[in-house]
Amino acid sequence: MTNSVILQGVSKTFPGGFEALQPINLTISQGSFTAIVGASGCGKSTLLRIIAGLETRSTGRILVDGQPVTGPGRDRTMVFQDYSLYPWLTVMENIRFCRSLAAHARDATDSEIGDATRRSVALLNLMGLARVERAYPNQLSGGMRQRVAIARALMAKPAVLLMDEPFGALDAQTREVMHDLILHVKSAERKTIIFVTHDVEEAIYLADRVVVMAPHPGRIDAIEDVPFARRHRDLRLDPAFLALKRVITDRIRATAGMSADLDGMRSLTEPATSHHPGNQQ
Amino acid sequence: MAGLTDDLTDDMADPAPPAAERYKPIRPPIWVVRGSLDRRRYLGMATASFLGLLCLWWVVAASGSVNPLFLPGPVAVVRALIDWWQTGNLVNDIGISVYRVMAGFALSAIMAVPLGLYIGAYQPVRALFEPMMEFARYLPAVAFVPLVLLWFGLGESSKIALIWIGTFFQMVLMISEDANRVPMAQIEAARTLGATNREIMRLVLLRSAMPAMLDTLRITLGFAWTYLVVAELIAANSGLGYAILRAQRFLQTDKIFVGIILIGLIGLLTDQVLRRLHRFMFPWLQ
Repeated sequence: MTNSVILQGVSKTFPGGFEALQPINLTISQGSFTAIVGASGCGKSTLLRIIAGLETRSTGRILVDGQPVTGPGRDRTMVFQDYSLYPWLTVMENIRFCRSLAAHARDATDSEIGDATRRSVALLNLMGLARVERAYPNQLSGGMRQRVAIARALMAKPAVLLMDEPFGALDAQTREVMHDLILHVKSAERKTIIFVTHDVEEAIYLADRVVVMAPHPGRIDAIEDVPFARRHRDLRLDPAFLALKRVITDRIRATAGMSADLDGMRSLTEPATSHHPGNQQ
Repeated sequence: MAGLTDDLTDDMADPAPPAAERYKPIRPPIWVVRGSLDRRRYLGMATASFLGLLCLWWVVAASGSVNPLFLPGPVAVVRALIDWWQTGNLVNDIGISVYRVMAGFALSAIMAVPLGLYIGAYQPVRALFEPMMEFARYLPAVAFVPLVLLWFGLGESSKIALIWIGTFFQMVLMISEDANRVPMAQIEAARTLGATNREIMRLVLLRSAMPAMLDTLRITLGFAWTYLVVAELIAANSGLGYAILRAQRFLQTDKIFVGIILIGLIGLLTDQVLRRLHRFMFPWLQ
């Protein structure tokens, strides 16, 4: 398998000295689905935004298909949590937004324009949006809006699709539907996907590989390969699935110092009955 | 046993309300923070407030407890309006005032919209202009009357310039705030799709801020009308503001009332037109 995204010593220190990310090395192969999880403040979103070119890095190098990343580009499109659609454009116009940009104007031979039209219709159908083609985003539910955002990002034919907690604002049922949809998109489009989430179950269900990050300072704590071949609803109840979920959740808790907090609280509420010799982890 | 089950089902069934109450629609309460009010009642209450004010005015004026020189009654004011229309040049006064307000306002808008957008888009532009605009908006427009007279002379340009001074700085700051409120995700989505800065300005920032900017223009148009009277202090010989100032000299209180009410009505009318335009231009907001 060829490598799609290579991160070499990528770090981020904010002005004022706050170290958001320690130097990170990560290689992501072509067509793989990588999920990044971690407690809040671990820098997972920052890392994704650095890959997108929306945030500058302090050190290091990023290669996408061998090309160094110098800023945002159409080879790395992003799906945001919310409020990224253009409310004045219809669903179809949102999906085709990139066609109005000069960066895409050089794909302007007759056959390419025909391709783009076919592609936008295909994406509309793939995302189940044909019925609302002419609707405005304000008329859609949150789940439908995220389908449009995904279709718009795919329309640019990126090498990598970046997703920053794209289903974080959706209700649980809609989220499960979106999970199966995104897996369908992945097999249909064979895209490399990097997906940031705080939901461990979501990460395991979707990804081939889960990168667990830890805070203070942000760093990669562990990388877990996800062995399940077929993804379907029952997988969420599979003992092996739950075991992996447990392993990752425990790592996140340990690195975030959450169990230490619990001990601290216990010592406050039960001062007389029990004495804790200390709660360093 | 049969009797028992009958009793049970009777107990479990909801008691039927009396026929008269059964089909009475339940209205949502209107005295709730952020509550709702149907359009019919809204218009009814709005009309009632105007009529109430008119009645109060009428009663106070007719009671004779206030000298008509201080407070002329509605009849006297209507008479003054007819008099102004028949013997004076009411249409011309309205026309020239509307022209001055619109010219000063348009000049402000043409300059403020691009500057405000650039302040909202680029931090260096903000650093260069925003503090300066914050300072300039506190400069009293009235105090510029002698200066404007000196710089622009007695013609129309001096009146337009004064309305510009009264509206431009506020407008720039409000437009830049509108541009500021464009969600970052809209801008960043465009960037990851490969948009250049200029494309983001044209295709995202301008389009996204447009509804808020039209609201800003509607509000600042009100400012422009308030500066009209000040503008017509400057060597004017026509216009509503001029007529008010002239009526003041001759203690024609009824004519002052006519001028004030006319300015209010024209303002209300343009405001309503702009609100309609807003609904027409941005159907996607609903």
